[in-house]
Amino acid sequence: MMNSTLKNLCRFVPGTIIIGKWHQNRYTILKELGSGANGIVYLAQFHNQKVAIKMSDNGMSITSEVNVLKSFAKVQGSSLGPSLIDVDDWVVKNHNISFYVMEYIAGPDFLSFISQKGKGWTEVLILQLLSDLHTLHEKGWVFGDLKPENLIVMGPPPRIRCIDVGGTTIQGRAIKEFTEFYDRGYWGLGSRKAEPTYDLFAVAMIIINTEYPKRFNKTSGGMNQLREQIRQKTALHKYERILTNALQGRYQSAQEMRMDLLNCMNSQTSPAQSSVTKRQTRPTVTQTRQAYRKKKGGWVETFLIIMVVSFLYFFYIYSQV
Amino acid sequence: MNPGTLKQILLITDGCSNQGEDPVAMAALARESGITVNVIGVMEQDTIDEQGMKEIEGIAMSGGGVSQVVYAQSLSQTVQMVTRKAMTQTLQGVVNRELQQILGGSKTVEDLPPEQRGEVMEVVDELGETVKLEVLVLVDTSASMKHKLPTVKEALLDLSLSLNARSGNNQFGVFVFPGKKNDVEKLLDWTPHLESLTSIFPKLTTGGITPTGPAIREALTYFKKKRSLRGLLSRDDEQYFEESM
Repeated sequence: MMNSTLKNLCRFVPGTIIIGKWHQNRYTILKELGSGANGIVYLAQFHNQKVAIKMSDNGMSITSEVNVLKSFAKVQGSSLGPSLIDVDDWVVKNHNISFYVMEYIAGPDFLSFISQKGKGWTEVLILQLLSDLHTLHEKGWVFGDLKPENLIVMGPPPRIRCIDVGGTTIQGRAIKEFTEFYDRGYWGLGSRKAEPTYDLFAVAMIIINTEYPKRFNKTSGGMNQLREQIRQKTALHKYERILTNALQGRYQSAQEMRMDLLNCMNSQTSPAQSSVTKRQTRPTVTQTRQAYRKKKGGWVETFLIIMVVSFLYFFYIYSQV
Repeated sequence: MNPGTLKQILLITDGCSNQGEDPVAMAALARESGITVNVIGVMEQDTIDEQGMKEIEGIAMSGGGVSQVVYAQSLSQTVQMVTRKAMTQTLQGVVNRELQQILGGSKTVEDLPPEQRGEVMEVVDELGETVKLEVLVLVDTSASMKHKLPTVKEALLDLSLSLNARSGNNQFGVFVFPGKKNDVEKLLDWTPHLESLTSIFPKLTTGGITPTGPAIREALTYFKKKRSLRGLLSRDDEQYFEESM
């Protein structure tokens, strides 16, 4: 019921002119960019600028997203979500349609970009995403509805951007909006509480998604099925450890997962390099052993000193008497 | 601001009622007693017939709730979405009434300039996170629902997972209709967790008739029973609270 009325109310043909009730700005609809459970996004012309407009008959969900975007705007020099341009209402046929206007982020979505430009981009984009998520988590938010459709690759130079903040939730609350495949609750691997680990689970599922573009359904669920799905794709083998860690919520922060991914890539760049790291690790093992031996020697020394001192003291007392 | 406890009935059905009172009237009755009625219609490959569709929308509309018709496989996501949507709707209503008292007249959040709505929304969000919630689930177990029941069970487990991520209290009860002897049968008493459904659900037998109206009526009395028992307890709590102040 809700959805059908929403669709009828907010469906507009290109060329429709929107005039805001409060700020009187004029926007001309160019085309539809996408629609979801909570509204429709249009590409529109505003002066000489292309902008994206999200509208919904549910004013509260618009307000809620505007709140998130406003708080992102306070984070300096970051690219969390699109920047907010205007918030207004549009009265059409006696109905009030709330909308907000944001920066238009042009580009293919995550999966289309990778299928066009090659798998080599996966790591770069995931690293960018993880550092964005880190900033977002530090500000007390969790993105929530993280999925390839909500990730747009701008560029050149290619830069990943999160769009659709409909699922973005304050940490500690219940996740507002999610998509089953990327939701740890669906796989039986955790709660739907907004925690950084919730987003990191979704990041792991996005990496798995690159090898399964059509996704897959839950059969047994849980870690066993996901581990099996990872093992079936050779391209995922190098990430297996990182993916299992993220899926089981072992990374405390996005930064930690990022560092791990970075190390994993560096150790795999060429076989020669990896042998170097191996050679480097061996001496450290012997070093600790030496240290251990030193410690043992230290105990003997201490014991001797104490013995000597107490002997001297005893001698001193004895001479006093 | 304390909106008390949000009370919802969640009706999961796949078609028309064919016995007893008019379910739309019963939903209106529920609304009058402060209980929201949400309806989820479960489809198969074919669509639900027009009459069934009308009834589903009618029940939700007069019950002040949300309705949605979905395929069985997307039930989980819908159940939690519908429940949340209805919660926000009710809370918005509460906040709007509060605003009207402050601003006077028939002003609602929508009449505020967009810049000022943000703070109101934060209140609604906060309430949605902390408010107590009671959901009574009514599951249609008429013959045609038989093979959809495992999906319904999954969806309900998923619902308790979603809602228990909130910091507020949740209570769930589950009724099925038709029951073995009566129109309605209680499957699960008020509980914060729905995990116990896993063992009960497979044993369900399905029957022929669909007494939706009587089921809603029965559900209403169940809310009242609980309230009277709870009332004693909560009064005690309040006294204790006053003393400690």
